[in-house]
Amino acid sequence: MTTAAATAGRRTAKAKPATMAQALGRALRDSMAEDPAVHVLGEDVGTLGGVFRITDGLAKEFGDERCTDTPLAEAGILGAAVGMAMYGLRPVVEMQFDAFAYPAFEQLASHVAKMRNRTGGAMPLPITVRIPYGGGIGGVEHHSDSSEAYYMATPGLHVVTPATVEDAYGLLRASIASDDPVVFLEPKRLYWSKADWSPQHPTAVEPIGRAVVRRPGRSATLITYGPSLPVCMEAAQAAVEEGWDLEVVDLRSLVPFDDETVTASVRRTGRAVVVHESTGFGGPGGEIAARITERCFHHLEAPVLRVAGFDIPYPPPMQERHHLPGVDRVLDAVARLQWEADN
Amino acid sequence: MTVQELPGAAAYRPTPPPAWKPLTDPAPLLPDPEPYRVLGTDAVADADPGLLLRLYAELVRGRRYNAQATALTKQGRLAVYPSSTGQEACEIAAALVLEERDWLFPSYRDTLAAVARGLDPVEALTLLRGDRHTGYDPRAHRIAPLCTPLATQLPHAVGLAHAARLKGDDVVALAMVGDGGTSEGDFHEALNFAAVWQAPVVFLVQNNGFAISVPLAKQTAAPSLAHKAVGYGMPGRLVDGNDAAAVHQVLSEAVERARSGGGPTLVEAVTYRMDAHTNADDATRYRGDSEVDLWRDHDPVLLLERELTGRGLLDDAGKEEARGAAEAMAAQLRERMNADPVLDPMALFTHVYEEQTAQLREQAVRLREELDAENDQHGTDGGAER
Ligand SMILES: Cc1ncc(C[n+]2csc(CCOP(=O)(O)OP(=O)(O)O)c2C)c(N)n1
Repeated sequence: MTTAAATAGRRTAKAKPATMAQALGRALRDSMAEDPAVHVLGEDVGTLGGVFRITDGLAKEFGDERCTDTPLAEAGILGAAVGMAMYGLRPVVEMQFDAFAYPAFEQLASHVAKMRNRTGGAMPLPITVRIPYGGGIGGVEHHSDSSEAYYMATPGLHVVTPATVEDAYGLLRASIASDDPVVFLEPKRLYWSKADWSPQHPTAVEPIGRAVVRRPGRSATLITYGPSLPVCMEAAQAAVEEGWDLEVVDLRSLVPFDDETVTASVRRTGRAVVVHESTGFGGPGGEIAARITERCFHHLEAPVLRVAGFDIPYPPPMQERHHLPGVDRVLDAVARLQWEADN
Repeated sequence: MTVQELPGAAAYRPTPPPAWKPLTDPAPLLPDPEPYRVLGTDAVADADPGLLLRLYAELVRGRRYNAQATALTKQGRLAVYPSSTGQEACEIAAALVLEERDWLFPSYRDTLAAVARGLDPVEALTLLRGDRHTGYDPRAHRIAPLCTPLATQLPHAVGLAHAARLKGDDVVALAMVGDGGTSEGDFHEALNFAAVWQAPVVFLVQNNGFAISVPLAKQTAAPSLAHKAVGYGMPGRLVDGNDAAAVHQVLSEAVERARSGGGPTLVEAVTYRMDAHTNADDATRYRGDSEVDLWRDHDPVLLLERELTGRGLLDDAGKEEARGAAEAMAAQLRERMNADPVLDPMALFTHVYEEQTAQLREQAVRLREELDAENDQHGTDGGAER
């Protein structure tokens, strides 16, 4: 995996407020400028710049052969990307919304994920599949799915999801530079989150597969990613008043999974809550809780808990606030860890 | 009553919005109503005798290859073999019309096309043998992995051809699919992409009458599968899939059109699957002997043999020579397939990702321990067992 591309960048004095959407667009632009093999394709990515404007300006700068408006067919888009990658290109595919990536799942599971393996390493596919995912933006049906468990359950794919503006840039650069296929899940409700950031301001990005401790703490660990990170940060802040010192781990990468960081944190704190908005049953949290239990059993003061979305199809927008795990649900779970204040 | 005859239908003409104009004129795209033939017609006069003899030798060898591979399933040397007996003309023509720089995108039934393109027969069988998924380097041979999910290789062919053209290479991709596969969404998406992008692709549908047990009539209501091309804006061509000279000619023209920037073509080759779907299938449940017998008279090897002998291009000695070469190939294949492949269980973990994840490293250690324990017990070499 090339990390040089992800960490490259010239230092300038001043960082300006930027959104995650801008950082993603900048990552695409810089990747395309650096490597003529990088091609962007998808629905409305050209003239319109994508429905979220992530690809804004790319067609103008690089031409419509490098940033291509395709026919409206997700399997066709990803299938064509497979062939393009077979011929030495590095396609970056945009799926318009989470649930509209499902027609392409066959291509993803049967070909994208397996080509390296099927060919005994002779034919890796450097494809990045960008998928806006998750709720919280008041989208109608099929516009708010958390589909990460499907991709996690498919060996051969990397599955990453940024939660900060810096990571959006760095992880996308690393994904495009990776010779393995990456499902790049973009938490759409964080698209407009801001940070003082400019791509000239170097952000050191670790290789795909490293979690990061966003907030150190001693009493319990909140393990989360993507759209639920701000929720957990807020919960940790609120918990301080009650004398709780919560550590927050941002996974960033669901596959590969950073057992090391997670295990070290939970061994330190002795308690863990996994937080995500995807469903609980069969969701990522079950896997994560099992891994923690296997590795930290003797360090645990309480069972590993999960705070997840309900096991229901994603609800209509006027009801989604009931489904999405918020700060209170996280704090309730922390309370259920049978907190015994030692500080 | 057709749509045309409905009262008011003739008078009604939709007025397209001003910005809309059709890209393509449908008339030259339409396939002929009858499959195109060369053998036994006047058209054969233009056929190159050297090419016909080459096709004959390859057909005889291909027929023998199918028989040998099927026999290997009975001996347990192959997990399964989908025979292309009866379809050799399509398989061989697909391989022979391509230049070295071109790409072939075969389905699971097209082992023979891969072999005719020059792939080592044993490497071509690794998938069906069950030791590895793809036994060759696709880039080295410009043959995509034999594809098991139906029609999913078609958009790959489009993407590859498109990428080649973007890079300025005059590379053509030829993708093969069965009649059943034309019902899949990926077939539609691939053809549409190819036409919109004017990608240098040739789609070859081998209409062998059946998708496992389901006859074509239950697969489509179209006048022919070649007709489907018109809706996408590409030429559709219907050809007798048992007439090697005709398939070769039609595919050559399509490849030429693609190479010179003329865009994709859909070719439907009408043929027949003489054997069952695979060695595991019982064809008597869905078709009778009389139907199969009708096709025996229209066998691709027979058709070509008749033509060549009739024109004095092939005598008994020539036939014997072709058969001898085929027999030698079969003997070699038998011998090589009878050797146990050397398997490395640890390779299960080596090609999942470029770098093994921590989780895979742990699992590899566990398997290594299991194998070592087995070795201690049985004294066998766990690292190279069958
Ligand atoms: C997506 C998918 N669905 C189902 C199957 C199972 N299957 C294997 S072969 C076959 C029939 C295919 O028929 P056709 O496309 O006509 O090709 P042929 O076998 O006749 O060459 C089916 C249903 C499959 N391989 N892929």
